[in-house]
Amino acid sequence: MNNLPRNQHIVASGLVALVGVWVCFVSYTQEPAAAFLFPRIISTVFAVLALWTFGKALLGKTKVGNGLSSDSMKKILPGLIVAIVFVFWAAKGLGFYTASTIVFFTLLSLYDPAPHNEARTWIKRIAISAGYLVVMYGLFAMLLSVFTPREILF
Amino acid sequence: MEFLGYFGEVFTPFSFGLLLIGTIGGLILGATPGLSPTMAVALLIPFTFRLEAAQGLILLGAAYTSTVAGGAVSAILLKIPGAPANIATTLDGHTMAKKGQGARALQLSFLASAVGGVFGVLLLIFLTPVLATWALAFGPSHLFWLAILGVTIIGTLDSSSVVKGLLAGCIGLWLATIGFDDIMGAQRFIFHSSLSGGINVIPALIGLFAIPQVITMFSNGRTQASAEVIKVEPSPIGDAIRELFRRTRSLTIGTLTGSVIGLIPGVGGQIAGLVAYDQSKKFSPERDKFGTGHSEGIIAAESANNAMVGPSLVPLLTLSIPGSPTAAVLLGGLLIHGIFPGSDLFDNHPEVAWTFINSMLIGQILMCIFGLYIAGLAARVAQVPQSVMAATVLGLAVFGSYSVQNSMGDVYVMMTLGTGMYFLERFGFSAAPLVLGLILGPIAEANFIQGNMIASATSSIGQYFFTGPLNVTLLMIVVASVAYSVWMEMRNKRYVTKDEAVSKEESL
Repeated sequence: MNNLPRNQHIVASGLVALVGVWVCFVSYTQEPAAAFLFPRIISTVFAVLALWTFGKALLGKTKVGNGLSSDSMKKILPGLIVAIVFVFWAAKGLGFYTASTIVFFTLLSLYDPAPHNEARTWIKRIAISAGYLVVMYGLFAMLLSVFTPREILF
Repeated sequence: MEFLGYFGEVFTPFSFGLLLIGTIGGLILGATPGLSPTMAVALLIPFTFRLEAAQGLILLGAAYTSTVAGGAVSAILLKIPGAPANIATTLDGHTMAKKGQGARALQLSFLASAVGGVFGVLLLIFLTPVLATWALAFGPSHLFWLAILGVTIIGTLDSSSVVKGLLAGCIGLWLATIGFDDIMGAQRFIFHSSLSGGINVIPALIGLFAIPQVITMFSNGRTQASAEVIKVEPSPIGDAIRELFRRTRSLTIGTLTGSVIGLIPGVGGQIAGLVAYDQSKKFSPERDKFGTGHSEGIIAAESANNAMVGPSLVPLLTLSIPGSPTAAVLLGGLLIHGIFPGSDLFDNHPEVAWTFINSMLIGQILMCIFGLYIAGLAARVAQVPQSVMAATVLGLAVFGSYSVQNSMGDVYVMMTLGTGMYFLERFGFSAAPLVLGLILGPIAEANFIQGNMIASATSSIGQYFFTGPLNVTLLMIVVASVAYSVWMEMRNKRYVTKDEAVSKEESL
């Protein structure tokens, strides 16, 4: 195991251990005690296992999990940012159908292997995005009658 | 033979239509690499909200059955298993297809799936009522241990690391405690208003299974699908049927192995297929031909991975303990209709239980018939660019999560859990124990509290939870499953871990 995954394992298991210890602390300090009886048992096991995993990572004895390479992070980040903006802001701010169609088209543009300098492929992407909008609207608005936020457009 | 009285429900035009949609859709989804049966069923749940319970389950059951079988299409024609359960099918199936026997490989795959699947569902039909009656003897302490058993077995067997598997189970159990406490009404771990009602299981399931897959597709970047679909030449079905019955040894090994493995909580189709393939090879006089396009390999693997579908639902329907992630998703599908599976399911909702089980039986036959005809189409759908697939799954996940309670909070929870799970998976954690913890957490806690009250009134807590033959047996199974996994991990001899399965898949 080279240093990159080892350091990543330390950070990842450290974060999990931090959550485990925090959950354990909250469980034992909050009242009423009866409401936290089950969480106390669970959080104790959680914290012990998390600290064990963290200790193993510190000693470099973690065997499973390949971590994340900088190359795959570079590929993931644009899509992940688009997805997060969509979920936490655009879906409510712009309306579900508008936002999801824009996001669909953006993701298609980012990750589509077809050439990006040909008008034909851009027309194809726009057509696929329009088809996606029709299918999603048909499924959720017409078939399931889901009342989604429809802010700026729809 | 009570189940015979409920076949009529399956054949009403609407129910049968749903069965057809679930079967054909499942075959296509199953053939698509990256869309696992669990994820397909999770994404379908929002579409069952407006249906009656039995109809919703028909759709979900048909999708579950046929996604497992559909994975063989891409395994055979593209050399990419549609789901982990189809890894073993790739070994001989794709070689047969390259030799120009693609149609025969597909026919054998669907016929073996149907035989295994029907046997598995028959086992479900005859075992479930017996075990449901037996389950009446279970008290709160036993149900508590069963819930813990469900989490520990999946945590130890489904993960590449026992500690990380158990840790993921603990995270799930903790997530299940978020929200208001049922008895005292106290607030627990509510650090954002989205969590005041607790974590809704359906958005959590969608997030945990769909979002990591979406991010994985992002990580492939702008890759062009390199696999080419092998053309399928027509082949007489009669020859395939005759060959299937000439290979009864592989068929029997596959069917029995799959059925037994299906009954063990936590052991999935991927292991069933590989174990059946391995055993069939050991007992075959033509073992040298395995891996070179031998029909016995396909028959053993496919009969096994479909035979496990029915038995994998036995713990869910009798004890309300989902034995697999897909069963956990199906439990979510039951709960949204106000149906709680368990010992009294067959007394309180026999029409739902039997219609669901019967539809799975019919679904196996439909899957075989349609599988043979739409395999070519399914393989072409499997070549849809990953960018389209990722954007579509993301859209379905967001709309599906929102539609559960028309709440943006559910969408935030879905995205947060899904993104977190992707990063945890990169460090050796698995989604299955976390999901089981989340689903079984409320069952474990409710029975723990109830048992605690009984113990306070009658005996000590230790005596109530740790004595009695059933308590001791369940506790011993919990300890044995953890001890076995630790021992195997220390000896590096665990038969199939997720990583090994993935490396096996990559080496193909």
